[in-house]
Amino acid sequence: MEIKVFKNFFKKVFSGIFRNKKEIKLGFYGPPNAGKTSLANRICKDFTGEEIGNVSKIPHETRSVQFKEKVEIKYKGKSMQFKMIDTPGIATKIDYEDFLKYNLSKKEAKTRAKEATQGIVESIKWLDDMDVVVIVLDASENPYNQVNITIIGNLVARKIPVLIVANKIDLRKADVKKIEAAFPEYEVIGISARNGTNLEEFYESVFKLSKKI
Amino acid sequence: MAKKSDNPKKINGFSMQFLPYSEIQYLNSNERIKKILNIVLGNNILILQGKLKSEEEARLIGDTMAMIGHVQGFKGIELAVIGGNGDYSLMDKLKKGIANILIKGDIGSITIIGPATIVKEIKRNPKKIELLLNK
Repeated sequence: MEIKVFKNFFKKVFSGIFRNKKEIKLGFYGPPNAGKTSLANRICKDFTGEEIGNVSKIPHETRSVQFKEKVEIKYKGKSMQFKMIDTPGIATKIDYEDFLKYNLSKKEAKTRAKEATQGIVESIKWLDDMDVVVIVLDASENPYNQVNITIIGNLVARKIPVLIVANKIDLRKADVKKIEAAFPEYEVIGISARNGTNLEEFYESVFKLSKKI
Repeated sequence: MAKKSDNPKKINGFSMQFLPYSEIQYLNSNERIKKILNIVLGNNILILQGKLKSEEEARLIGDTMAMIGHVQGFKGIELAVIGGNGDYSLMDKLKKGIANILIKGDIGSITIIGPATIVKEIKRNPKKIELLLNK
């Protein structure tokens, strides 16, 4: 813990000195299938013309940490450079049989399950290396999930600024207010990564948080 | 202890084990997680007085993932922490804070951890908690 405090202290001092040269590590965390890669893709596509990773209806499509460096986000005449880090969705259980429902063969399902468990371990390890984190939640799902609380708790303990995004507001079941009620201490932005809805507000919040580091 | 039937997917019973905070109070993070996983791997639903630190919870998830595929039949855990974040008055918060410092932990909460083979889902909302078990 003491080492972490020193590490954070030096990180803050040096990032202050070299602020203009450094790119901000922007992590996307959250449960599987919340739309982390969809949001990261939308941003990367808008500002670099390229996507960061594949998306799928099958959970755990992202099974290793994916990066896109030097993404310069421009918003209202200002610009900031980010290293986008898209992480595998964090879960507490993985059952290969759940993937069989999506017409995967038993072998494919087992491989996917194995890679998904490794991806979760990798996601957790990366928590130490983020500057700002966007927690992407599915606005149509129950937010009272311990995984969400655990991720946020870890970021708070590391003093990493957090923004909560309630994705999929285009869905009928979406309830942004429920997410706001579950996390009253944090700013919650309702968006649709698929349709690109409300991204202006999202960029404004990311810029505001990034200035804090 | 859960009784295993002839069908490996079917569980005929399960047991719940209560662990008072005093049992883990003086353990380091490694020992705490080891103790918890030993109970859960024995097909028990653990009711822990208090809660783990958020770093320990993340570590527990990581260790759990590392076990899937290496421990036969193990598919992970279901985890929920109840209480400890209600609307308290300033005085209550102060009292709670002092108590937590003295015991070096948060005993105002309850943590439920169960093997995913037995616990299908722990549904939570601000007013209730439901423990859904696998058939």
